[in-house]
Amino acid sequence: MTTIDNAPAIVPDFGDSATEGRKLAIICSKGNLDMAYPGLILANAALGEGVETHLFFTFWGFDMITKSRMNDLKFTMLGNTATHLPQGLGGLPGMTAMATHQMKKQIHDVGVPGVPEFLEQIVASGGHLWACRMSADMMQLDESDLYDDVEAIISASDFIEMTDGAQLLFI
Amino acid sequence: MPVVTIGPAEVHVDAEGFLTQYGEWTEELAAQLAAQIGIELTDAHWKAISFLRADYPQRGETATLRRVSTLAGIPIKQLFVLFPGKPAKKMAYVAGLPKPRGCV
Repeated sequence: MTTIDNAPAIVPDFGDSATEGRKLAIICSKGNLDMAYPGLILANAALGEGVETHLFFTFWGFDMITKSRMNDLKFTMLGNTATHLPQGLGGLPGMTAMATHQMKKQIHDVGVPGVPEFLEQIVASGGHLWACRMSADMMQLDESDLYDDVEAIISASDFIEMTDGAQLLFI
Repeated sequence: MPVVTIGPAEVHVDAEGFLTQYGEWTEELAAQLAAQIGIELTDAHWKAISFLRADYPQRGETATLRRVSTLAGIPIKQLFVLFPGKPAKKMAYVAGLPKPRGCV
C-alpha cells in the first residue's frame, strides 16, 4: 500500500488586511430608475468585500434619497437607443409608465430590492449616504425631506475631503 | 483539485480552500473551518450556516447575503458582526459551499 500524503488545509485569504483602508466614493448624479442601480449595486458589492463606501447624491441623483420621489423613479425609452425600439414609440402617452413597470418587474424578478430598501441594506452593511448642499439649496429641500439614513447635507469640498485617497465612481 | 486534511477528515477543496464536494461537509468540519478564519461558531452563526446548507441543493448556488438575510430572517447588520469583513464569502466557506455568484 502506498501512503498518499495529503496537503495541509488551504485557508482562503479573505484579504481582511488588504481591504483595510480601501475606500470607495460613488457620486450618484442621475434620477432615472436604470441609472440609480449601478451605484447601489457597486456600493453593496464593495461593502460586502469589506470596503469603506460613501455615496454622494447630487443633482438628479437627489431623487434617489428624496422621500417623496425615491419610490417613484422612472425609466424612459426616450434618448436610449439601447432599447432597440423606434424612438418615436417612447414619446407616446403612457410609454414611460409602461417601460418603468416592466423594468421594476425585471429588477424584482432577479431578487434585487427597490431603491429605498436597497439604501436600507447599504446602510445596514455600513455604507454612508451624503446629500449635496447645492442640490438641496436649488431644490429647496432640507434634511426632513430626505431619507432618514442620509447622514448630512454637505458641500462638494466636504465630500472630497472626506474621501481622501478613495477610488471614485461618477454615475 | 487538492485533497487536504482538516482535523480527522480528508476533503476536496478548490485552489482557495473552499470545499468542492457538498457531501464531504460535516458540522465538526464547519467548526474547524470557522476556527481557521478566526470565528468561533455560536447559535447565531449556525442559523445562517444551516440556512445556506439547506438552500444550496434547492437552488444549485450559494445564497447571497441578501437572500440569507431575507429568508433566514437574520439582519444584514448582524451578518456583518458574525462574519466580519466579507460575510457572504466567509459564510460560504464555513458552510462548505462555493462563493456566491449573485450580485445582490
